[in-house]
Amino acid sequence: MAFVNSQATTYNDKVVRQFAIMTVVWGVVGMLVGVFIAAQLAWPELNFGIEYLSFGRLRPLHTNAVIFAFGGCGLIGTSFYVVQRTCQVRLFSDSLAAFVFWGWQLVIVGAAISLPLGFTQSKEYAELEWPIDLLITFVWVAYAIVFFGTVGTRKVKHIYVANWFYGSFVLAIALLHIFNNLSIPVGAMKSYSVYAGVQDAMVQWWYGHNAVGFFLTAGFLGMMYYFIPKQAQRPVYSYRLSIVHFWALIFTYMWAGPHHLHYTALPDWTQSVGMVFSLILLAPSWGGMINGIMTLSGAWHKLRDDPILRFLIVSLSFYGMSTFEGPMMSIKTVNALSHFTDWTIGHVHSGALGWVGMVTIGSMYYLIPKLFGQKQMYSVKAIEFHFYIATIGIVLYIAALWISGVMQGLMWRSINADGTLTYTFVESVKASFPFYVLRLLGGAMYLTGMIVMLWNTYKTATSGRSVTVTIPAALAHA
Amino acid sequence: MDILYLLVPLSVGLIFFIIGGIWWAIHRGQFEDVDKEGERILKD
Repeated sequence: MAFVNSQATTYNDKVVRQFAIMTVVWGVVGMLVGVFIAAQLAWPELNFGIEYLSFGRLRPLHTNAVIFAFGGCGLIGTSFYVVQRTCQVRLFSDSLAAFVFWGWQLVIVGAAISLPLGFTQSKEYAELEWPIDLLITFVWVAYAIVFFGTVGTRKVKHIYVANWFYGSFVLAIALLHIFNNLSIPVGAMKSYSVYAGVQDAMVQWWYGHNAVGFFLTAGFLGMMYYFIPKQAQRPVYSYRLSIVHFWALIFTYMWAGPHHLHYTALPDWTQSVGMVFSLILLAPSWGGMINGIMTLSGAWHKLRDDPILRFLIVSLSFYGMSTFEGPMMSIKTVNALSHFTDWTIGHVHSGALGWVGMVTIGSMYYLIPKLFGQKQMYSVKAIEFHFYIATIGIVLYIAALWISGVMQGLMWRSINADGTLTYTFVESVKASFPFYVLRLLGGAMYLTGMIVMLWNTYKTATSGRSVTVTIPAALAHA
Repeated sequence: MDILYLLVPLSVGLIFFIIGGIWWAIHRGQFEDVDKEGERILKD
């Protein structure tokens, strides 16, 4: 077959470089907004009476920035790198790849402007209004063409397991995005969902939880299955298990969503189905986690002096921890205590800061020097510092919210002998204050690490130069 | 819960798609020699 890209002798690393830089930049921006709104929870005066700075508007900005800007750039960038390296072929289309980059940045800028202005569909993690949703759809189709086109024109017969994870992420997000955002526009920035009431809630959490499953899990597992073996210089512990991990995970993920709607108008049996599927998910999740960590078996000493590997392995520990915590919280009796409390936010952040954040940061520290023709980052000591401040920050963050979450749950359900509530709501808010300050401190530490990373990236990029990597001819076969 | 008439077929359709994927992978020899595939990425 005569595809232009399969004749090329070099990889397209330009788009990977762009995405890698923006991953770090958006990481700092998104986490900065997060730290600011964490401070608002402790001291509400910090919204200064300005509606654009109110918690309700900045919170979706924070989640969109960290998930879709930081996480999205990290995923798209690394997938473009991994698919080229493992398929030994240049990206399917340079111009479409450039469109994916610039289009995605435009989506992010659109979010950064429209959310503080108050434009929202009021669907969690799908707040963006219909014009931006349409742009996302176009960008995503282009992304799918570039990714699957590259896989289709590969020079290596076998499709490496990371590509299966990335591929399922691309397909599932397309499906979820389209069906959750079906709406009738009634103005330039206003629309109504085609679903109503509990139906809408069900679609929203079908989307919401699968976004966790396919964006925040499958996508980053693709990253994990490439960058951990590369950084450890060892093949994945069991390649067979990685294949089982993949198929088991994507077969079981689709129906965990209803656990977000326990004790609501959603039929009881649907809630139970959601709970059961959530519990089943523990098995593939832990299989993958063990597979990743055991990749280091026989080479544990590498953890002693390689901070990048430490980032990657600790990310897996957090993955294991949050994929244990998640199924537990989906059990209805546990959920009766945890739902609507800070425990949920703590759980999300052990996944987001611990798993998604650290695996991305580790992969970027591996990738960025390579993209600029350097052996390693400008300062390894700075990576070391970043690792410790980020880890301590996460532990502070989630421990604070565990305590405040369980405390809130217990205070809200506490009843006097005469059947009246023991505590008013505001008493639980007051009791949460010290934990909000602790969580702010933890978040600020994580942000500090990210700022150090931005500096380190800047230094690495400016002391190196953009390199063009030749596709190795000797390895290309079949 | 009329929404299940949309979500269940969507999910079932996806499952068939996944089954198609695994069928393709098995019959196109993707899993013939998996031990060396893990090693291969270390050499590029």
